Amino acid sequence: MKSKIDKINIKSALTVATVALLGTSSLAQAESSSTSSVQDSSWEFDSAFLFYSEVDRVSAGEAILNAKKTFDNDEVLNLKLTIDTLTGASANGAVAQPTVQTFTRPSGNGQYDIAAGDTPLDDTFHDTRVQLNGQWTQPLAPDYTVSGGFHLSKEYDYLSLGINGNIAVDFDRKNSTFSAGFSYFQDTFTPEGGIPNPLTSMLIGNSDASTWDDSFAQTRIGSEDDKTTTDILLGFTQVINRRMLMQFNYSYSMVDGYLTDPFKILSVVNNTGKTQDYLYESRPDSRVKQSVFAQSLYHFDSSVLDVSYRYMWDDWEITSHTIDSRFRIPLGDGFGKESYIQPHLRIYQQSAADFYRPFITDDEALPAFASADYRIGEMTAITVGFKYGMLVNNGHELSFRLEYYRQTPTNAGFDEPGVLNDVELYPTVDAIIGQVTYSF
Amino acid sequence: MMKTKIQRMLLISTLVAMSGCSSLGVEPWERDLLAKDEMSLSAEPIDAALDDHIYFSKEASSGGKGFGGGGCGCN
Repeated sequence: MKSKIDKINIKSALTVATVALLGTSSLAQAESSSTSSVQDSSWEFDSAFLFYSEVDRVSAGEAILNAKKTFDNDEVLNLKLTIDTLTGASANGAVAQPTVQTFTRPSGNGQYDIAAGDTPLDDTFHDTRVQLNGQWTQPLAPDYTVSGGFHLSKEYDYLSLGINGNIAVDFDRKNSTFSAGFSYFQDTFTPEGGIPNPLTSMLIGNSDASTWDDSFAQTRIGSEDDKTTTDILLGFTQVINRRMLMQFNYSYSMVDGYLTDPFKILSVVNNTGKTQDYLYESRPDSRVKQSVFAQSLYHFDSSVLDVSYRYMWDDWEITSHTIDSRFRIPLGDGFGKESYIQPHLRIYQQSAADFYRPFITDDEALPAFASADYRIGEMTAITVGFKYGMLVNNGHELSFRLEYYRQTPTNAGFDEPGVLNDVELYPTVDAIIGQVTYSF
Repeated sequence: MMKTKIQRMLLISTLVAMSGCSSLGVEPWERDLLAKDEMSLSAEPIDAALDDHIYFSKEASSGGKGFGGGGCGCN
C-alpha cells in the first residue's frame, strides 16, 4: 500500500494542482474526488520540454504540462499550461551595408552598432510567456459532440484572450464526421518604448542628451494597440477503409487591428545602395487569410504514414504551400518496450506580401504600406528530423525529438543597386529543435 | 482564379468522398487499426502545439489543421 502511494505521489500532487486551477468554488469537491481519480488513473498527463535555437539569433525554451480527465459519460476536460522564454537577436529589417550601422533600441534607451557586411540584428529580445488553455468536450446527443474552450496568454508586453467552440456530427456508422468551429481572440500589445509612428524616421543620435526623451516621444503615437482574430473552421473526416483515414478542412481567418511589428524598420537607400535613413514599418490594419488542408493517415502492415498538405492565401497576396509528413516505424521491443522511430519531413514555400520590400529607394514616393520583415517575404523552408519513443515504467511513454529547420528567404524580383550587390540581403536562418516528452 | 480553382477542387473532393460513402468506411468490428493511437488525426497534440508556435512566429501562415488565431506577440 505504501509503495503504491509513493508511485502515485507525483501524479497525485499534479492532480490536486490541476483541479485547483478549476477555481476555489470547485476545490472542495475536487479535493475529495482527487483520491479516487488518481486511483482509477483517469487523469492523464503529458509533459514536454522544447528547446529551439537559431544560429546567432533567437533561442527559446518552452515547457508544457497537459492534464486530461475523461469522465464516465465521455465528457473530457483538458487543461494545459505553457511557459516559454525567449532570448537573443532578431533581424530588425534593415539591409546590410559595407559600413558600420547604428540603430536605436525599440525602447529608446540606448543604441547598438552592427558591423560592416552583417545583417542588422536587434539583440534586445527577452520575453517570458505564460499560457493557460482549458477545453471541455462532451456528447450532446447520439452522434453529436460539442466542445468549448478558453485561451489566456500573457507576456511582458502582450496579452491574448481567446474563446473557441466546435460541433461535430458523426454519420454512416461514425465513418464520416462533419465539424464546424469558431474561435475569437482579443490581443493587446504594449511594446516597450510604445507604438512607433509608421513610416517615420528612426531617431538616431545622443541618447544621453536632455532633449532625447522628448524627441523620441515624437516618433511614437501611443503606448498600446490591439487586434482581434476571428476564425471559422469547417472540417470533414472520412474513414476510407480499415487502413486509411482522410480529413479535409477549410478555414477562414479575419484579423483586424494593429498588425504592424513595432520593432521592425526599413532602410531607405540612394541609387548607390547606401542607406540614408531608417523608417518604421507599416502594415494594413486588416488581413483575411483562407486555407484548405488535407491530411491522410495510412496504416501499412506495421508502419503508419501521416501526410498533410495546406494551401493558404490571403488579401496581402501571400500564398503558401506546406507539406508535412511523418512515418512511424515500430522497432519492436529491441530498442525499448514498444519503441518506434518516426522520421519527419516538412516543406514550406511562401510568396511575398504585396507591400513587402527589402528596402525603399530615396527617389520614390513613400508607399502607404511597407515592410522588410523577411517572414512576409518570399521564402522556402525545410524541416527534417526524427522522433524516438518507447514505453517506460508503468506504461508511461517517453519520447525524444530532434529536428533541423532551415529558412531560405529569396529575392522576389527586386533590383539591388550599388553596394547592395556586395552584401547578403536574404540570409538563411538555421535552427535546431530538441524536445523531450513524458506522458504518464 | 487560383482561389476559385482550389475551392472547386475542395468541393469536388468532398462531394466525391460523400457520394462514395456507400463503398467507403468500415464496420465497427473492422476498427482494430483505426483505433490505435498513432492512427488518430491528432496523434501528437503536444508536438503539434509546439510546432504551431514555432511556425506561427517564423512564417506568414498559420492554422489550417486547427485554429490559426492569435495567442502570442511573436508575429
